[in-house]
Amino acid sequence: MTITIDAIKSAIEGGERLTEEIILQFYKRIEEREPEVNGFLTLCRDEALERARSIDQKRKKGEKLGRLAGVPVAIKDNISTDGMKTTCASRMLEDYIPPYDATVIKKLWDEDAIIIGKTNMDEFAMGSSNENSAFKVTSNPWDTKRVPGGSSGGSAAVVAAEMSVMSLGSDTGGSIRQPAAFCGVVGLKPTYGLVSRFGLIAFASSLDQIGPITRTVKDSAISLEVLQGHDPMDSTSYKGEASSYLESLEKGVKGLRMAVPKEFFHTKGLDPEIADSIRASIERYERLGAIVEEVSLPLMEESLAAYYLISSAEASSNLARFDGVRYGYRTKEYEKIEELMEKSRSEAFGKEVKRRIMMGTYALSSGYYDAYYNKAQKLRKIISLQYQEIFKDYDLIISPTTPILPFLKGEKTNDPLEMYLGDIYTININLAELPALSMPCGFSKEGLPIGLQLIGNHYSEATLLRAAHQLEQEIGLKSPIRKEEV
Amino acid sequence: MLWETIIGMEIHAELETKSKIFCSCPTEFGAPPNHHTCPICLGLPGTLPVMNQEVITLAIKAGLALNCEINLYSKMDRKNYFYPDLPKAYQISQYDLPICKDGWIEIDVEGEKKEIRINRIHIEEDAGKLIHLEDEPNSLIDYNRVGVPLIEIVSEADLRSPKEAVAYVKALKAILEYAGISDCRMEQGSLRCDANISVRNHGQKELNSKVEIKNMNSFKELLKAMEKEEKRQLELYQFGEGHKVIQETRRWDSGKGRTIPMRSKEDAHDYRYFPEPDLKPIILQEAMVKEIGDTLPELPHEKTIRFKGDYGLTDKELEILVGDKALATFYEATVAKAGEPKAVANWVLGDLLRLLKEKEIDSYAIPVEPETLGSLIQLVDEGRISGKIAKEVFEEMFYTGKKPLEIIEEKGLKQISGEAELEAIIDKVLASNPQSVEDFRDGKKQALGYLMGQVMKETGGQANPKTAKELLEGKLSS
Repeated sequence: MTITIDAIKSAIEGGERLTEEIILQFYKRIEEREPEVNGFLTLCRDEALERARSIDQKRKKGEKLGRLAGVPVAIKDNISTDGMKTTCASRMLEDYIPPYDATVIKKLWDEDAIIIGKTNMDEFAMGSSNENSAFKVTSNPWDTKRVPGGSSGGSAAVVAAEMSVMSLGSDTGGSIRQPAAFCGVVGLKPTYGLVSRFGLIAFASSLDQIGPITRTVKDSAISLEVLQGHDPMDSTSYKGEASSYLESLEKGVKGLRMAVPKEFFHTKGLDPEIADSIRASIERYERLGAIVEEVSLPLMEESLAAYYLISSAEASSNLARFDGVRYGYRTKEYEKIEELMEKSRSEAFGKEVKRRIMMGTYALSSGYYDAYYNKAQKLRKIISLQYQEIFKDYDLIISPTTPILPFLKGEKTNDPLEMYLGDIYTININLAELPALSMPCGFSKEGLPIGLQLIGNHYSEATLLRAAHQLEQEIGLKSPIRKEEV
Repeated sequence: MLWETIIGMEIHAELETKSKIFCSCPTEFGAPPNHHTCPICLGLPGTLPVMNQEVITLAIKAGLALNCEINLYSKMDRKNYFYPDLPKAYQISQYDLPICKDGWIEIDVEGEKKEIRINRIHIEEDAGKLIHLEDEPNSLIDYNRVGVPLIEIVSEADLRSPKEAVAYVKALKAILEYAGISDCRMEQGSLRCDANISVRNHGQKELNSKVEIKNMNSFKELLKAMEKEEKRQLELYQFGEGHKVIQETRRWDSGKGRTIPMRSKEDAHDYRYFPEPDLKPIILQEAMVKEIGDTLPELPHEKTIRFKGDYGLTDKELEILVGDKALATFYEATVAKAGEPKAVANWVLGDLLRLLKEKEIDSYAIPVEPETLGSLIQLVDEGRISGKIAKEVFEEMFYTGKKPLEIIEEKGLKQISGEAELEAIIDKVLASNPQSVEDFRDGKKQALGYLMGQVMKETGGQANPKTAKELLEGKLSS
C-alpha cells in the first residue's frame, strides 16, 4: 500500500498511530535507504520529532488538525527555512542559515506538516541530473547507477524511495517535472504566480515556480491546495480566488479535448520506448472518453536559445548578491574589495553556475541587449501565443516529459548542450507561464520509469489534476521499494 | 573669444515616506547603524520587493509640481553593479520608461526669469553608506539607508552659469518641500545633486566633452564647485597643451577646494539594465493622477504672489522667505498671532535668520515658537518694552525657549512708563547735566538727544522712550 497524505492523516486522527511513531518510522527508512540514494543535504530529526509530539498533543486536546497533519515533507534546499541551513547545494551558501521562512514553509507549518530535511539539487537549480551539486550526487532509486534528474533530483528521489510522502521542488525549465519523470513520481509545476516565490532563492525570477512532488496525483492536489494562494510579499503572485482540486478529481475525462502536438514525436533524440508509452496512454485516454486530436505546435530549437538567454540573464543578476561581503563564502586572502568579491565568487561557484552567469552577463551587455535578451523576450511572447492558440480548442496538451530515459551518472556531464536538449518539452511551459504535470505512465524494458506531461492553460490545474488522476487509476502505481505497511 | 557654460543637473531627493520602498522598515534618519534593516532591504536570498504605493503617489506629485507629463505606463528596471553598499548588487530603478517626463520650472537669477526644462523623473531605491574610520582597518557598512525611496530629477542642459545652477536647485528644493515630497535636507543627504558641466565657444552648435561633478552638499559648495570646474575647463581650452577636457566623473573636495578625478568614460559601468521581473509594471489611471494633483498644496510661486499681495513684502524679502518653506511657515504663523506683517518680516529676516546662521541651526529646527515671537512683537507694539530690550529678550528666548514675559520678569526689563517714576529720574539727569540744559535752551537742539541718552542709561534702557521724551521736552521748555 502506498503511504499517502490521507492514510497518514486518518491514522493520526483515528488514533491508530502516533505522529511520533510515523515520523520515527520515516527516519528509520532514511537510515536504511539514504546511504544509497543520497537525497538529503540536511536532516532535522530532533525538530521533526518535537513537532510530531506537539501534533499528538494537539490531537489529545481535541484540537482540529491541519490538512497535512503528520505528513513528512522534504524541502528542496533552495527554499528558505528559518534557522535551518539553506545551501542551494553550493559552496557559496554552505553555512548560510536564513533568518526567515519562505511563504510555502509557513503554509506547511500552518497545516501541521512535518519538515524532515532539505534535499539535494543541482547548484542554484542549474542542471538536469543533480551532478552539479557541490556536495553529493543523488542516485535514482530505480537504478542507483543512474541520475535522478534535476534540478529537484533530491526531492524526487526521496519521495520515490518513500523516505518522504511529499516534497517541494522548484521548476524553472522543467526542474520539477524532469526528475519526477526520471524517478517515477508525480511532479506539478503550477501556473506562474499561483504559488508564492517569497523565500525561494531565485534562479530566474520570471520562470521560477515552486510545486509539489508526491507519489499520487491526489496527494499532489492536496499539496497544491495548501501551497497556493495570493501572497502580499510576492508582487507576481496570483490575486484571484484559490481553487479546490479534490472535488473534481473523480469527475472523469469524458469529453475532455486533448491535443497531441505531432512535432513532439518527431523530435530528434526521442527515445522510442518513451514515444510508445505516451501513445499507449493516449489510447487509454481515448478509451476513457477523451477526445484526442493531433495538432501542430512547432518545437522551435530557438525556444531553447530563448530560454537559456532569459534564464541566464536573470540568473546573472540574481546571483550577483553572492559577493562574499555580507554572508556566504568569503575567500581567505584579499587586499581590496574587488579582489574579495572576485575571488569569493570564483572559488565558491561551480562550473555550470559560472557558465550561466557569463552567458547572462553577456546577453545583457550594452550593444548585445537587443540582439539577445530583447529578441528572446519577443520569442517568448510568440511561444505564449502559440499555446494560447491551441487552448482555444483544447483543454490539455499531452506530451512526453523528457525525450530520454534516466541516464548513467557521468554520461552527459561533458556535454552541456546535450544536457540542455533534454529540456525541450519542458522549457516552453515556463516561458508561457503555464501549469504542467509529469506523472509516471509506464516503464522501459530495463524497468526505468517514463514520464508523461500534461499541459494546461493558465490556472487550469483542476483539469490537469483530474485528467492525471484518471490515468493513474488506469495504470496503477509501482514502487522501486518492497512494500511495507504504514 | 566669448565662452558659454552648459550645465545640466541630476537631483536625487529622498521621498518623505514612513517606510522604505520595498519593505516596511522605517526611513527615519539617525538610527544606530543597521538598525532599520530586514531580510528584504538587506537583499537576503529569496526575498522579493513589494512597491510602497506612497512612493508612486509622491513621484506623481513631484511630476505634477514640476509640470511634467505623467506616464500612465512605466516600469521598474534593474541596474546591475557590484558595490558593498548595494546588497542585491543591483539597484531597482527606472530605465527607459520613467514615471514622469518633459517638465519645466521657472528660475529667477537676480530678477531675470528663465524656464528650465526637466527631462525626466524616475523612481529608485537608495544604497547604504560606507564608513571609513581612521582607526578601523576595515571599512564599515551601514544599511539603514538602503531601500529609502528616491526620485531622480534630470534637467535638460539649459543652465548657463553656476549661479543659474544654484537658482535651479533652490527653486526645485522649495517646490519639493512645499509639496511634501521630500524634506530636502542637504546636510543629511536627503537632497543630493550632481552636475554635468561643459563649456563651448559662444555660437558653437555642438557640445564639448562634459564632466560630471559629484559630492556637492550645500548651495555654497555647489556654487564653488561649479565655478571652479568652469574655470578649470576654460583654462584648459584656452591654454592647455598636453591636456584636454575629457569626459569623466570628478568629485568635489570641499577641503581642498577643487574637483578630483573619480573615473573616466572608459571605466564607466555597463549597468546591464533589464526589466525587474519581481515587480509588475506601474499602470496608472488618469483619474488617479488627477486626484493626486488635487492634493497638491500651495507651491512657492503661488505663495510668492499671495505674500506680495497680502503682506506687501519686497522681492528680496519674498525670495528669502518663500525660498525656505520652514521659514515661510514660521513667518505666516507669527503674522497670524501678531498681525504686523512688516514687523514680523523684519524679525524673521533680521534677528532670527542671523541667530540661525550664527548657531548653524536649520530653519526646520527654529527653537522659537511663532506664538512667542508674536507676543514679543505685541509687547513692543503696546509700548511695554522698547525695541532694544526686545532684541535682548529675543536672544534669550532663542537660547532658553522661555516666554518673553518670563524673561522680562526675571531680568527686570519691564519698561518704565510711570510718569512719577520717570519724572524723578529726569529731574536727576537734568540736575547733573546743567551744561546740556543750558545748551538746549540756547537752541542747540541736539542736546535733547544727549539728555535722552542719559535717561536711558540711568534706567538701564527700560524707560518708555515716548513718555520719557515727552516729559523731558516738557521740563526743558518750562
